[in-house]
Amino acid sequence: MASAVKLDHAVSGHHHDHDHGHHKETFITKYIFSQDHKMIAKQFLITGIIMAVIAMILSVLFRLQLGWPDKSFPILETFLGKWAEGGRIKPDFFLALVTIHGTMMVFFVLTAGLSGTFSNLLIPLQIGARDMASPFLNMLSYWLFFLACAIMLGSFFTQTGPASAGWTVYPPLSALPKAIPGSGIGMTLWLISMTSFVASALIGGLNYISTILNMRTRGMDLWKMPLTIWALFLTAILGVLTFPVLVAAVVLLIFDRSFGTSFYLSEIVVAGQTLPNQGGSPILWQHLFWFLGHPEVYIVIMPALGITSEVIAVNSRKPIFGYHAMVYSLIGITVLSFIVWGHHMFVTGMNPFLGGVFMITTLIIAVPSAVKTFNYLATLWRGNIRFTPAMLFAIGLVSFFISGGLTGIFLGNSVLDINLHDTYFVVAHFHLVMGSAAIFGMLCGVYHWFPKLFGRMMDEKLAYLHFWLTFAGAYLVFFPMHFMGLDGVPRRYYAFTEFEFMKEWLTVNEFVSWAAIVAALAQVAFLYNFFHSIFYGKKATPNPWHANTLEWTTPVEHLHGNWPGEIPAVYRWPYDYSKPGHEEDFIQQTTPFSQTMSSNLLHDFEGNMEAERIQLDWEAKHKHEMSTRV
Amino acid sequence: MKRVIEGDVQSLRARKFLMWLFVISSFMFFAALTSGFIVYTGGSAERGIKIVLPQIFKFSTGAIILSSITMYRAYWAAKRLDFTQEKRYLVFTILLGILFFAFQLLAWHTLIEEGVYFVNYNASQSFIYVFTGAHLLHIILGIFFLTYTLLGCIKNIPHNHNLFRLEVTSIFWHFIDILWIYLYVFLLLGQ
Ligand code: HEM
Ligand SMILES: [Cu+2]
Repeated sequence: MASAVKLDHAVSGHHHDHDHGHHKETFITKYIFSQDHKMIAKQFLITGIIMAVIAMILSVLFRLQLGWPDKSFPILETFLGKWAEGGRIKPDFFLALVTIHGTMMVFFVLTAGLSGTFSNLLIPLQIGARDMASPFLNMLSYWLFFLACAIMLGSFFTQTGPASAGWTVYPPLSALPKAIPGSGIGMTLWLISMTSFVASALIGGLNYISTILNMRTRGMDLWKMPLTIWALFLTAILGVLTFPVLVAAVVLLIFDRSFGTSFYLSEIVVAGQTLPNQGGSPILWQHLFWFLGHPEVYIVIMPALGITSEVIAVNSRKPIFGYHAMVYSLIGITVLSFIVWGHHMFVTGMNPFLGGVFMITTLIIAVPSAVKTFNYLATLWRGNIRFTPAMLFAIGLVSFFISGGLTGIFLGNSVLDINLHDTYFVVAHFHLVMGSAAIFGMLCGVYHWFPKLFGRMMDEKLAYLHFWLTFAGAYLVFFPMHFMGLDGVPRRYYAFTEFEFMKEWLTVNEFVSWAAIVAALAQVAFLYNFFHSIFYGKKATPNPWHANTLEWTTPVEHLHGNWPGEIPAVYRWPYDYSKPGHEEDFIQQTTPFSQTMSSNLLHDFEGNMEAERIQLDWEAKHKHEMSTRV
Repeated sequence: MKRVIEGDVQSLRARKFLMWLFVISSFMFFAALTSGFIVYTGGSAERGIKIVLPQIFKFSTGAIILSSITMYRAYWAAKRLDFTQEKRYLVFTILLGILFFAFQLLAWHTLIEEGVYFVNYNASQSFIYVFTGAHLLHIILGIFFLTYTLLGCIKNIPHNHNLFRLEVTSIFWHFIDILWIYLYVFLLLGQ
């Protein structure tokens, strides 16, 4: 009856009371092996931030190489030793940097750090539940993620260095331990780490789905859920359906590497020696990988879109434009993302007819994405906008999502892609639409829910500095890459000095590297603000943004079980902002219609005749008052 | 106290749902493997299973179907509060699961005798091992669940929790039964 004890406990709300008898909390159970969803959310967030800083430092290192390919930085040798002999990053290490940067950013920061943090924090709080369906599995999910991070970092301390085959780890490069140094133990560790990561993501996802479907409070039907919850819900579904496919691909790769099978390998000569493997198909990996890989990019962006929807509505003081359209477009993206993976494989010698099919599905998926952007813009349109830090980052997301989405349309064209594939154009596309947009979504969420996470406010001035430097920095870094890509400059090359036609891009590269360094330094403003405010920030009030959703009805001090008494019931959708006839510009979901007679509309009652009659009676009685008010 | 019990019911329901979701993700894993087989095998005429599958697979199929029936009986026994029968059928199910496991190993043995190895230039044949091997891992997990349920029943845990474990276990066990039939039919069609 463990769960009963816990609930009982939650009702009393004495979690600091150490002589309470049956349930003692030690440092270990409270901060380390915690099963409380709010603590797990913080663990995900802080681990995610640490991973983001590390991955960012990696990117600055390879930007140094790209910006100043002939220059020596003796300090690098001090830190990196043999990987930067003479102060210049070695080609092998360059590849490792690019690979681990991509892997960490996509999986550890923007999947675990983003979904993990906000699913854990918001799902129970916004649907009105005491915790997750299985708090234990939830804790396991975090620790598997932690293990994955530790193993991936550990690969930097091996003799031959971390995996170097790119974040998509295509075989044969990844399948042959002798192909490059990084394909040795580093690749093995990459595979182990990713297996642990996938287990974490799956366990987490199962928990999120089950919690949302089974544990909503009274009155919280699906169409009253905030868009954050819809987005996190569909993200989890996408993960549960696609991560197992990555496991299947990885299992076969492990067999090829360690047992000598030939799933992906065929007729390969390494250093003059013919390898025994025959008959395999490297394209098989690409199919399996991208069947996960494409949905994965939406796993990354959908939570960010959900967070933005919420923040834009709150800070425009307007109902979100087209709530239903927002939900249906998320569903549309979820469904369609299963049938577009081939657009990453246009140049694999795929049948042109098949290429055409993937081209059409790819262009169709742009439609729900466009619906979302138009709805954001329409929500902002003539809103009573408050430029809080979170709001700025939300608007930043919309900007990146548009500018990066447009280039997707070009890439999705199977003919144009022959030229653009594997160039910097692709790098520009996905760093804007996924990288920058999702990071902005995540930062937006951090600024918005910081009072809920830590009970304190972040400093606004530093936040504005952070926003403008990062926003400008991201465009300055990624926009020039479009032009390089159009000129045919390939991605993942170590130096541009060896090829005549690329030389003219050296100056641009130097400029981009400067922009990257400045943008990286700007993150110090965030880090200082974040960690300083945890301890010294201004104390937060229970509902600092005057928002409608349930999490703002909980006390600032965290309790097990979230609400001190009964879980509140929900009566209305979450977007009643600036409703005409109501004295305040927001009405919380917990406010029944009987308390807001002056602002109720007939369609609020969803066809409930009795309620409509009562409302009409009331209006007849108060006709005079109503007309003077308006 | 009433609310505490309600919370308990809600959390059991939510946790049972977790098993359904796990079944779905596990199915996706096998769907990926079998799709991989199709993509691979379709790539060239030299690929394909190209052998007659070991006859033992028929026996293992029999064993696992039978085990699903005993699983079902255990569930109904528990519903009727007949715990001796429940225990008996759980033990039968476990034994049939172990038998299935043994049959699969024998099948591998036959394959090896025929010269169809895991390390193989024709990866379609390696896939036979991957399918059955991955499925056997599920069988191990299933036997673990069955044992856990059996232990709960022996220890006389509260009935709603006993029934909960039993339901969760039988969802999983019927799933791996159906999964095997899917894999077997798939291989038969490929052969
Ligand atoms: C407007 C809809 C979009 C279209 C039509 C589109 C199309 C494409 C195409 C065709 C490619 C392959 C380019 C190549 O390798 O030659 C690509 C790459 C990529 N896209 Fe998009 N995309 C869209 C939106 C997105 C979104 C919303 C995200 C993520 C949130 C995203 C993330 C990526 C990533 C990560 C890659 C590169 C993967 C790699 O090769 O490393 N795309 N996109
Ligand atoms: Cu894609």
